[in-house]
Amino acid sequence: MNAGALRAFIVKEFRHILRDRQTLTILLLMPLVQVVLFGFALRSDVRDVRLAVVDPTPDYASTALRARFAATDRFRVVATLPTTALLEPLFRRGEADAALVFEPDFGARLGRSEPARLLLAVDASDPNTGTTVQNYARAVIAAQETEWATARGGVRIATDTRMRFNPTLESVNLFVPGLIALVLTLVSAMMTAISLSREKERGTMEVLLVSPLRPVHIIIGKVLPYLALAFANVVTALLAAWAVFQVPFRGSVALLLAASLVYSMVSLAIGVFVAARTPSQRGAMLAAMLGTLLPSTLLSGMIFPIASMPAPLQVLSSIVPARWFIVVARGIMLKGVGVPQLWQELAVLSFMTLAFMALAVRSFKPRLG
Amino acid sequence: MSDSVVVQGLGKRFGDAQALADVSLVVEDGELFGLVGPDGAGKTTLFRILTTLLMPDAGTATVLGLDVVRDLWEIRSRVGYMPGTFSLYPDLSVRENLEFFASVFSTTVERGYDMIAPVYRQLEPFRERRADALSGGMKQKLALSCALVHRPDILLLDEPTTGVDAVSRREFWDQLAALRASGLTIVVSTPYMDEALRCDRVALIQGGRILEIDPPEVIGERYPLPLLAVRGLARHALLLTLREFPHAHSVYPFGEEIHYTDQRAGGDATRIGAELETFLRAKGHQEARAVPAAAGIEDSFMMLMGGGGNRAPRLGVSP
Amino acid sequence: MSAISARGLTKRFGRFTAVDQITFDVAAGEVFGFLGANGAGKTTAMKMLVGLLEPTEGEGHVGGFDVRGQRDSIRRNIGYMSQRFSLYGDLTVRENIQLYATIYGLSTAQIVERSTGLLGTLGLSSHANELVGRLPLGWKQKLAFSVALVHQPKIVFLDEPTGGVDPITRRQFWEMIYAAATQGTTVFVTTHYMDEAEYCDRISIMVDGRIAALGTPGELKERFGARSVDDVFVRLARPAAIPASA
Repeated sequence: MNAGALRAFIVKEFRHILRDRQTLTILLLMPLVQVVLFGFALRSDVRDVRLAVVDPTPDYASTALRARFAATDRFRVVATLPTTALLEPLFRRGEADAALVFEPDFGARLGRSEPARLLLAVDASDPNTGTTVQNYARAVIAAQETEWATARGGVRIATDTRMRFNPTLESVNLFVPGLIALVLTLVSAMMTAISLSREKERGTMEVLLVSPLRPVHIIIGKVLPYLALAFANVVTALLAAWAVFQVPFRGSVALLLAASLVYSMVSLAIGVFVAARTPSQRGAMLAAMLGTLLPSTLLSGMIFPIASMPAPLQVLSSIVPARWFIVVARGIMLKGVGVPQLWQELAVLSFMTLAFMALAVRSFKPRLG
Repeated sequence: MSDSVVVQGLGKRFGDAQALADVSLVVEDGELFGLVGPDGAGKTTLFRILTTLLMPDAGTATVLGLDVVRDLWEIRSRVGYMPGTFSLYPDLSVRENLEFFASVFSTTVERGYDMIAPVYRQLEPFRERRADALSGGMKQKLALSCALVHRPDILLLDEPTTGVDAVSRREFWDQLAALRASGLTIVVSTPYMDEALRCDRVALIQGGRILEIDPPEVIGERYPLPLLAVRGLARHALLLTLREFPHAHSVYPFGEEIHYTDQRAGGDATRIGAELETFLRAKGHQEARAVPAAAGIEDSFMMLMGGGGNRAPRLGVSP
Repeated sequence: MSAISARGLTKRFGRFTAVDQITFDVAAGEVFGFLGANGAGKTTAMKMLVGLLEPTEGEGHVGGFDVRGQRDSIRRNIGYMSQRFSLYGDLTVRENIQLYATIYGLSTAQIVERSTGLLGTLGLSSHANELVGRLPLGWKQKLAFSVALVHQPKIVFLDEPTGGVDPITRRQFWEMIYAAATQGTTVFVTTHYMDEAEYCDRISIMVDGRIAALGTPGELKERFGARSVDDVFVRLARPAAIPASA
């Protein structure tokens, strides 16, 4: 081919790209969206750590240290308890991210120049934040220690740290719940969208419509096999995680599988909704990706903590089904909690399933055009 | 005898394109009705309205006495439909496709067997073969079987023979004739004018409008001007010469012959033939013969399309 | 020398023989109709002649070039138009003409001259900047044919160029073919319309990978005692379907 022909061909390809408005919009938008989200979400600093304090014998020293924590903009004291017994439920319910446990007679010991013990417990089911919180806390304690040391000398605070729920900070424990969500999203949303669009493109959808089958039947027929597939995927992923990575499984397997089913159904419903709106397979795939995969990875708290996202993204995150599922998955797998603690998240997921299903059925019209 | 399909004043537009305009027709019970016209004439749009896939913008349509807008579910359970695009599952076998479409209508292949037997018998040896491994003609037969298996009360086939070779087309129409003989109402659309001859009645459609509805033999009878068939050697040169004849209305190649239409309505075709032969011989076409001919469907269609103006064909004109 | 010639041209895919030893010649300036049922091997044979497929056996020459070794030269020197492959729907009329003209190596001056000429002949000058996808089918096909000829090749291959087109446009299309043939272009065309077969100077009919008949339409009708090419076709493709007396 001569050079002129090559150039002509390149020009032609540019024209194709520029004239396909739909794909062009998505392609240009996607990097932008990713950059913004990555930029904001990719912060390892943590704000607004909810701190529970256990102070059996409050005195000037413990009060001073507590005040110091409260004064930072990183920590927020949410509870002050007399004993540690009340701490556990707080953690399980996810109402505290960290706890500061003072030894009895904290101040008195300091006064006698004996080492005063502090226990720092951090919810490490998200190991990234776990470490960071630990570092912040230690910094605060060290600052206080230094202040006292310069004032009177011979002060020692011995801090013992416990990482709750994930003592060894295994990152795989972080990823597995997120991975399950990802796999379910992929299979359910994208595959459903593609399958439905392919039916339309092939022309068989026309024949299916001109039959006693109602739209809801067609949707169920499309969705059920992928539900089964998604279920199989979850089981496999869990088995692999448990057998190969020794990811802990502290809660009820049945509950996790049930929650996975509910989450799958939300994704499937979204997939159907996407397919009903886009005419081509390629369009359906892109839209499904933009509408499900991206938000699930970036906004669900799977990789980037929700707490460190700017407010608008946090709000957006609340309509991402994966976000709720991940809390449930982590809670069950790492914290071993059940319905009493997770009922809110489960309720949100169930509601989303019904809402998206209704939306999907309604947008799947019994007629063409 | 009741009417299977009644269409009155049907209109449909897509954006600024008028796909159908003021379409009216009636299909009688047990008829083999043909809808004949080229691509873009509106055939598929009409079919989609009749099968309740699209809603008309104007006018009404009933199928089996049921309104296409209100009674869509009843219509959908009683109609056998073959859309224009290939409508089978390529990765399923012949048998699996058939069983699927039977079950969608809550019936079985066994219950519909006698209805599909004439068509399906030829497919049976291949019933475990994947649909995409079949030849074009076989695919059409399978699609027809799938449309028939639930024993519909009316068959709507949108361009079932497009892209299929002449022999397979003939066989397909043989099967349609057999179905019609058993009393089934069939509405078929096709761009092939010769297939129109096998219908009981034919509607010619072009640009979203119906040009004429009549039995195929009658359509030719309405041809308004004298028509002659001219034969000779050097056909292309003959064509150009004929166009120079002062009374020529239109001159078109028709296979071996050239069809010449004269402007003089009511003129005597035999006399015109003699005039033409004289004219042609004078121009060097010694062996040319011009004899009166009966207009066929294609001649009528072209006349109705507005295909006069014969000097040199204005190539940019006909949309 | 023939414009197109084939000698024992064969194509096998594994154990399946799609084209079985076909032999024929097409003279320069001839309109040659290449007919056959679906699956008879027509498309495969055509692909070998236009340089898209390598033959398994046999020889062929198109425009003097060898179908085995000189496929690039063949492609550069012929015009090709097919139902499936023709113009880009999302480019305008003018852009399509210019694109193909450039690909075929015409100079800028030639491109301008030919584009204007083409648009004028087809009556599309006022539509030059319309997207081809919006044109009616008949106009598209006529434009595609003209574009296939933009570089004035001596041989042009047309693969079912008139499918689904209205009867008037079909005939106008064939007049364009005649006009090209009169100027010496060899036209190799396949079609499903048997009446179009009559327009050809000579035709061949392929059955099961072989050429079952070759000659002028008149010759074939006489040989098979048929009244039309359609009848000849049916007799050849499905001999059992026609009773002897018909």
